[in-house]
Amino acid sequence: MSQATAAPKAPLTHRLRTWVGDNALRIYAVIAFVYLLLPVAYTFAFSFNDAGRTNIVWNSFTWDNWLNPCGAPEVCPSVVNSLVVGLIVTVVSTILGTLIAFSLVRYRFRGRSTTNLLIFLPMATPEVVLGSSLLALFLNLFVPLGFTTVVLAHIMFCISFVVVTVKARLASLDPRLEQAAMDLYASEREAFRRITLPLVAPGIAAAGLLAFSLSFDDFIITNFNSGQFTTFPKFVYVSATRGIPPQANVIASAMFFIALAIVLISQFAGRRRKEV
Amino acid sequence: MAKADITQAEGDLFLENITKQFGDFRAVNDLSLQVPQGSFFALLGPSGCGKTTTLRMVAGLEDPTAGRIRIGDADITYAKPYNRPVNTVFQNYALFPHMDIFENVAFGLKRRGIKDAKQQVDEALDLIQLSQVAKRKPLQLSGGQQQRVALARAIVNRPSVLLLDEPLGALDLKLRRQMQLELKRIQTEVGLTFIHVTHDQEEAMTMADTVAVMNEGIIEQMGPPTELYESPRTAFVANFLGQSNLFPAKVAETSGDDVILEDSDGRFVMPKARVSDRVVTDPGTEVLVGVRPEKISIARLEDAAPPPADGNFVDGRVTSASFLGVSTQYEVTTHGGDTINVFAQNLDVHNLVPQGEDVRLSWLPIHGFVLSGHDDINAGVEKNV
Ligand SMILES: Nc1ncnc2c1ncn2[C@@H]1O[C@H](COP(=O)(O)OP(=O)(O)OP(=O)(O)O)[C@@H](O)[C@H]1O
Ligand SMILES: [Mg+2]
Repeated sequence: MSQATAAPKAPLTHRLRTWVGDNALRIYAVIAFVYLLLPVAYTFAFSFNDAGRTNIVWNSFTWDNWLNPCGAPEVCPSVVNSLVVGLIVTVVSTILGTLIAFSLVRYRFRGRSTTNLLIFLPMATPEVVLGSSLLALFLNLFVPLGFTTVVLAHIMFCISFVVVTVKARLASLDPRLEQAAMDLYASEREAFRRITLPLVAPGIAAAGLLAFSLSFDDFIITNFNSGQFTTFPKFVYVSATRGIPPQANVIASAMFFIALAIVLISQFAGRRRKEV
Repeated sequence: MAKADITQAEGDLFLENITKQFGDFRAVNDLSLQVPQGSFFALLGPSGCGKTTTLRMVAGLEDPTAGRIRIGDADITYAKPYNRPVNTVFQNYALFPHMDIFENVAFGLKRRGIKDAKQQVDEALDLIQLSQVAKRKPLQLSGGQQQRVALARAIVNRPSVLLLDEPLGALDLKLRRQMQLELKRIQTEVGLTFIHVTHDQEEAMTMADTVAVMNEGIIEQMGPPTELYESPRTAFVANFLGQSNLFPAKVAETSGDDVILEDSDGRFVMPKARVSDRVVTDPGTEVLVGVRPEKISIARLEDAAPPPADGNFVDGRVTSASFLGVSTQYEVTTHGGDTINVFAQNLDVHNLVPQGEDVRLSWLPIHGFVLSGHDDINAGVEKNV
């Protein structure tokens, strides 16, 4: 110890520079996270606001909003609508998208590369354009706007994302694994069930989660095609003019924490699987 | 003929005129072979010559473009892989990454509904000395361990035919030797037919009853290891299995059971029995004369005894001499301009011939062999040596 203190210290500027050099990445990360999480923190904080008509200025702290999230009119029905749409969209688009991904990766057929390209189109097209042309389409076909049109529109753009996600997973799967299974007395069906499906499952699950969050989140396309039907994002947008009730913050914060929990659980499960 | 049950088929394995075409490229070309039941058969050849493709057709993972594959009387050419009594040790292991080692090895037994799977799997894991990692996932094992698991996963099923695609390639020398012995033991004990693909000629020769040397989609020669080594039929086999001195010559005449050959260094006698069946011994025919480096004796020119009446000899000068301990390797340039390698056993250190010395090389006629002059003299020479 005495030796250490006896040793001459490096000049201050040098030590400062070393410290910054050592910690630059950490400082940058902290700043980036603050930037990313500040809006979430704000939303979360104001879910405890005892707001009057609008939830813009801070009044006082209360648990009421969390204890009674359906307190404001229309909040809960719109959330239920979004959940129902989201679930249907997730199931349908995940199934269809997974099937498309399999056929694109596993089979050579005419128009395969064209299909590969077209799949990207809905992702590349601006949402306003998609939304407005879908609206024109529905009107021309005399389809009444509402729940059905919203579901159809969401499935349409979610499929692309599912296809891309599942395809990436499938492409990284060695076809020789399935062959090895068949060499070991597994029929095509069994090889698929025991080898391919378990190995692609994480990709399919990720695609499903992505589809759900895209659907739950979507405002632009929904707004064009929903008629009187109200989803949660649409409700928030519409009520923004009159003042968003703090219950909306409660729903938003709850969604954030649920998503966070899902991510953490899946990471934890993934690590457990690798360890055992 | 009654339709034999493919899943239980037993007997010799026949490949009859098998061709496999990938687009314009012919990976396997009119290949025929018979592997006797219970024998250890090695398929030896350079990279890309079609070994894996051949195995995949036997396993049913690839359909031949033409030809037939049989096990005994059962035609399995187009049978599904899971209906064949054939298992494969894949070149890249192809272990199931989401299953642990035990589940991997048990996979085949479970699919066939075998009752005492656990005991058999445990035995198989014992055999490859990996019982302690039964609960690990494949990616947590080293390359060599994964390779042994791939071996156990196939062997545990006791198939009629076991296909091994370079199953020992990732192992270090010691483990490799050990596994070679294990494999050979299992094969003789259980009496399975093994088809063992390898790059390693030493491995092929030590383990196999029959070796087939494959090159560019065809089998150049097939036979017991000694026969392949002593009497190669083509320049490719002569060069690919061990080393050979090959030099061009012409048939001068035939006399009795002998053929007299002639080149720039003089005349050589060869028994007709040592001439490849692909060569016609008419005078003037161009041939390649071959002698293995270890069958040539080297002597200083002034010391050399007068050549025996029926011996072959050439005179030349030592251009390099490398002492290797157990033997000395000489490179001799003959007066006719050929280069000949000689491996001389180091019986007496004082007999080493220094570089630049004039020497006489001699060998017994029955130790040489004669190949077709149309063969590429450098075919099968390992490029990196
Ligand atoms: N599916 C395929 N499509 C096109 N060409 C192929 C295919 N499979 C193999 N080939 C070609 O066939 C030839 C033989 O391949 P194969 O895998 O049988 O070689 P190999 O003898 O096993 O080589 P190695 O010792 O390197 O494993 C190669 O030239 C390869 O490029
Ligand atoms: Mg191969």
